[in-house]
Amino acid sequence: MRRAFEIMRRDLRLALRQGVDSLMAVVFFVLAVVLFPLGVGPEANILARIAAGVIWVAALLASMLSLERLFQTDYDDGSLELLALSPVALELVVLAKVVAHWLTTGVPLIVAAPVLAVLLDMDAQGFVVLIVALGLGTPTMSLIGSVGAALILGARRGGVLLSLLVLPLFIPVLIFGVAAVDAAIGGFAARPHLMILSGLLIGAVALCPWASAASLRQSLE
Amino acid sequence: MALAPGTLFTGHDLTCIRGERLVFAGLDFAIGAGDAVLLVGANGSGKSSLLRLMAGLLRPAGGAVRWGGESIAIDPEAHNARLHYVGHLDPVKAALTVAENLAFWARLGNGSGVVTEALKTFDSASLSDVPGRFLSAGQKRRANLARLAASEATLWLLDEPTTALDAAATSCLMKAIARHRAGGGMVAISTHVELALDGARRLDLDTFARQPDPVEAAP
Amino acid sequence: MLHRFANPTRFLRLSAALLPWTAGLTLILLIAGLFLALFGSPADYQQGETVRIMYVHVPAAWMALFCYSCMAGASAVGLIWKHPLADMAAKATAPIGTCFTFLALVTGSLWGKPMWGAWWVWDARLTSVLILFFLYLGYMALHNAFDDPTRGARSAAILALVGFVNVPIIKFSVDWWNTLHQPSSVVKAGGPAIHPSMLTPLLLMGLAFTTYYLWVLLLRLRAEIVAGKVRAVRLRRAHG
Repeated sequence: MRRAFEIMRRDLRLALRQGVDSLMAVVFFVLAVVLFPLGVGPEANILARIAAGVIWVAALLASMLSLERLFQTDYDDGSLELLALSPVALELVVLAKVVAHWLTTGVPLIVAAPVLAVLLDMDAQGFVVLIVALGLGTPTMSLIGSVGAALILGARRGGVLLSLLVLPLFIPVLIFGVAAVDAAIGGFAARPHLMILSGLLIGAVALCPWASAASLRQSLE
Repeated sequence: MALAPGTLFTGHDLTCIRGERLVFAGLDFAIGAGDAVLLVGANGSGKSSLLRLMAGLLRPAGGAVRWGGESIAIDPEAHNARLHYVGHLDPVKAALTVAENLAFWARLGNGSGVVTEALKTFDSASLSDVPGRFLSAGQKRRANLARLAASEATLWLLDEPTTALDAAATSCLMKAIARHRAGGGMVAISTHVELALDGARRLDLDTFARQPDPVEAAP
Repeated sequence: MLHRFANPTRFLRLSAALLPWTAGLTLILLIAGLFLALFGSPADYQQGETVRIMYVHVPAAWMALFCYSCMAGASAVGLIWKHPLADMAAKATAPIGTCFTFLALVTGSLWGKPMWGAWWVWDARLTSVLILFFLYLGYMALHNAFDDPTRGARSAAILALVGFVNVPIIKFSVDWWNTLHQPSSVVKAGGPAIHPSMLTPLLLMGLAFTTYYLWVLLLRLRAEIVAGKVRAVRLRRAHG
């Protein structure tokens, strides 16, 4: 456990030293959302109607883009071999790296989301649910994405491939994330949707590190 | 192969297939306390693959690698805790200083994270505060090798460790290996160049290369 | 050398014996099924003649799921027991499954035009099949993305298993999403209330598609084994 924290601390420190890299995800997120009013027009009622969906789709793409680097740099410089040869179970290594990745890219998305919701004129009733849903959804996406990031190591055209692999798997998170916010805005209970999102997160915590570790092992063979 | 008493680390009838190609078959090895084994052989004879088999990064297509009679696949984390592996790449992060890099790997192993002594072993004390991005290839290699001294591990698996090293650094490495063996440690080194290691055994991988297959060799 | 731990020779002999049977069975079932579907069954009182698209559409959708399950099963066998034939079967199944999925999508779209007045409707079933189509594409792309074919096979196998766990979750979420966004005005095709005169051709077509799958799978596996032998010869040339 102490060793897993060491890995997390190192990844956080690396992310802080190369601050711009982890900020790129949130910059992309903001930019993608800002494009929508330019695309569909500035009418407030249309924007308010699609706000939750736009924010979620942009968050999905932003977290997918940042995931490509999750294992790639460690794979390129040989660190991954040594991490796999450390006395820590590889599943735990994956979990530590995913947590560090989520703290540096997922959390900024959650912080930026309410600002974007204001820009899109989203109903204020949905704000809290939006933050909670993103809080449950972004770690799930990081976990699912870690499997994809591990699978593409050493592949040609890794980036495009990653989107093809993980975006279909993100769909349940997207559906329930948007449904939760829409329910809150419409005056219905958002709780059932949030419960399902929590269920997805628990399932991802249980299964994804295992699948990622299996793909990492075979990528190192 | 008859095993001498005290032999801890053994391989039995190992078969290795890489990219659909049989690299070697029927390979046995035995390494005891204080032993050093030099892996020699032509390009593609499987020196690196054998080291990766020994580390457990690669699973053998046939045969087993054992520590004290127990297959290393049973408890890989325990095996990891007793080995140092130095591969072709030097995992030195550009954004971290040499000392930070080393301290991380030491704490991940069995070390305390105090790394000044380890850096001195490889004449790298002056590099301590230099970020990884400013290092030359040889300096990176020295920073990587310093891991050997920064935390305790019985088994050293070194894949061409002298690449990019100058004569002084090579002799530092040889001294470190001698000290390690004197303390009962084991070393397996793959190499293209002659290394001055007293009493090291040679394992020539060309002898285990695939014998021509009469069926497939026929036109 | 590739097949040191498998026995492709026996498979080649067995598959050679099975090939004419699967081919013949496919043809007979397909002719019988198509005849009953096009001439031997009544037109639907609501949908008219367009209901006949169902006899291709529904079995194709079955096969899309069936092939994915086979692919995941073969991948699991390949990962656990490292049996090369299982890896090849998974690889060979993917394009067949993709074709069935594509067929289901196209026939669904053709059916949708007269039924719903639009080429594409975000119906829960069609959407799920569309996502399945992307899962297949991802599998094949990953399989081909590596220079080392064993690497590609293992990565793709892990992806197939991850996808297999996810398919029910995706299906569930899409159903949920659909009921949320669309009042269920969609005409229910099939269902348990289907008349035997329609059920018989449907089942016949389903069987025909299954034997067709087996037939093509055997053909592809044989081709794959021969390709493996060619690779082995090339490797021998490179490495002496």
